[in-house]
Amino acid sequence: MKAAKGTVFKYGDNVDTDVIIPARYLNSSDPAELALHCMEDIDKDFIHRVAKGDIIVATKNFGCGSSREHAPIAIKAAGVSCVIAETFARIFYRNAINIGLPIVECPEAAREIDAGDTVEVNFDTGVITDVTKGTTYQGQAFPEFMQQIIDAEGLVNYINGR
Amino acid sequence: MGMTMTQKILAAHAGLDKVEAGQLIEANLDLVLGNDITSPVAIKEMEKMKVDGVFDKDKIALVPDHFVPNKDIKSAEHCKCVREFAYRNKITNYFEVGEMGIEHALLPEKGLTVAGDVIIGADSHTCTYGALGAFSTGVGSTDMAAGMATGKAWFKVPSAIKFNLTGKPSEWVSGKDVILHIIGMIGVDGALYKSMEFVGEGVANLTMDDRFTIANMAIEAGGKNGIFPVDELAAAYMKEHSDKPYTVYEADADAVYEEEYTIDLSTLRPTIAFPHLPENTKTIDEIKEDIVIDQVVIGSCTNGRIDDMRIAAKVLQGRHIAKGIRCIVIPATQAVYLQAMEEGLLKIFVEAGAVVSTPTCGPCLGGYMGILAQGERCVSTTNRNFVGRMGHVESEIYLASPAVAAASAVAGKISCPCRLD
Repeated sequence: MKAAKGTVFKYGDNVDTDVIIPARYLNSSDPAELALHCMEDIDKDFIHRVAKGDIIVATKNFGCGSSREHAPIAIKAAGVSCVIAETFARIFYRNAINIGLPIVECPEAAREIDAGDTVEVNFDTGVITDVTKGTTYQGQAFPEFMQQIIDAEGLVNYINGR
Repeated sequence: MGMTMTQKILAAHAGLDKVEAGQLIEANLDLVLGNDITSPVAIKEMEKMKVDGVFDKDKIALVPDHFVPNKDIKSAEHCKCVREFAYRNKITNYFEVGEMGIEHALLPEKGLTVAGDVIIGADSHTCTYGALGAFSTGVGSTDMAAGMATGKAWFKVPSAIKFNLTGKPSEWVSGKDVILHIIGMIGVDGALYKSMEFVGEGVANLTMDDRFTIANMAIEAGGKNGIFPVDELAAAYMKEHSDKPYTVYEADADAVYEEEYTIDLSTLRPTIAFPHLPENTKTIDEIKEDIVIDQVVIGSCTNGRIDDMRIAAKVLQGRHIAKGIRCIVIPATQAVYLQAMEEGLLKIFVEAGAVVSTPTCGPCLGGYMGILAQGERCVSTTNRNFVGRMGHVESEIYLASPAVAAASAVAGKISCPCRLD
């Protein structure tokens, strides 16, 4: 079973890729360096508090704005195991799948889960469990084609495996 | 059930007679674009793929434009990486400093984007080319890498929103006001995953530069693409700029739209998006208080074309920028720069107290060439006013047209030409 479990960092609507990784750091494309500034313009403490496996939960239109793949790269390199949102901006959605950052669309979970909750995500079934609250939610399943890219852990491996 | 313009282009490029919204397809690409920020990541990813070079050296465009001329050593390394990749793969359309421009102004001008094309670019404003009747959309670096390697990309066929434009915009109302009005109406995720199709008799009253501006900001409503039908004006633009054959696609009469809006362009007013989202719009008439500013930026892939320069110059001619205001004008391409020089526009800018920069995305994304300090305010013709976008997290960006931006520079506060003496 592929799964993620961690503590939740919670954000609101329209978290844009500029606040996820500000352009002043885009003169680097090194994941470790980008991770140091992940979420810097929305949550200065994020990078000091995040632990490997933690989960980001946000409401509508997560990852809107610039197409910079540096945004999901920074989130993944910061140790985040999954992003749950009501909706994702479309380029961020593609980018996350293409680089193998697990994301789940689930409006109910995104609205109800609070910061600091312990949450578990089963990627095989799409079931999200808020361990703290004792609630479960069914995340939206990916179309089979996208699931194949996710299973290959990204588009590069998927293309190489074809 | 008929198809939209976008669906017809995607069907043709996937070798299918018919597609419908939600269908996953693989489409052949006519152009793959990258810049100095996104291409280095794409190049690194492409090197991991088991492929022998790029799919077609003539169908890739590499445009260093964000941090050039190189702003620091790391940026210089990125540009070097792109340059060496371009030379190694004999990329026809690599544009060095001196011949480059801001990518989305440059490519149509160079004739690389025409009606009926499917174009992906590792830059969110790639949707600009919809002004010419192309399907074009922003992607990330890994999609760009796969596009360069295989000449294909996967898409989920989008549903569409139809914007029926009527009437003629009044003086000082431009494409920027049209798109800010629309984003204000439907919100920054109002067109999420969808096509925005702009049709109706009002289209004829929009210049090509207006249409580029409108299509450019489709992404700010969450749109997958923005697209216009090809009329005489668009055909004339392509004839002037391109030798590429093009195909005109029209939506079927029974095409399905999720939503339809009718917008009478004659009723629109100069529109400004307040911090920190492009949907926070107010018309100039709704702004009663004085919003004192520190900086004005006129340029970008949204508003750095010749029409924009002309409008700004018309406002600034015989006037001077208010004391203490920094006004930065950035023609989007070398050709726009040259034309603005020949038309005497640059002289007007300098005499008014503005500075004129070489083409760069620079300040739009808080790269360089006009970064804001804590508490500073900028009126900008760019496309995003997110927190920290142009500098300090406690700075503010007000998005507006070149007319409003230039008038605000003169007034030292948000204004419009109709309010100047």
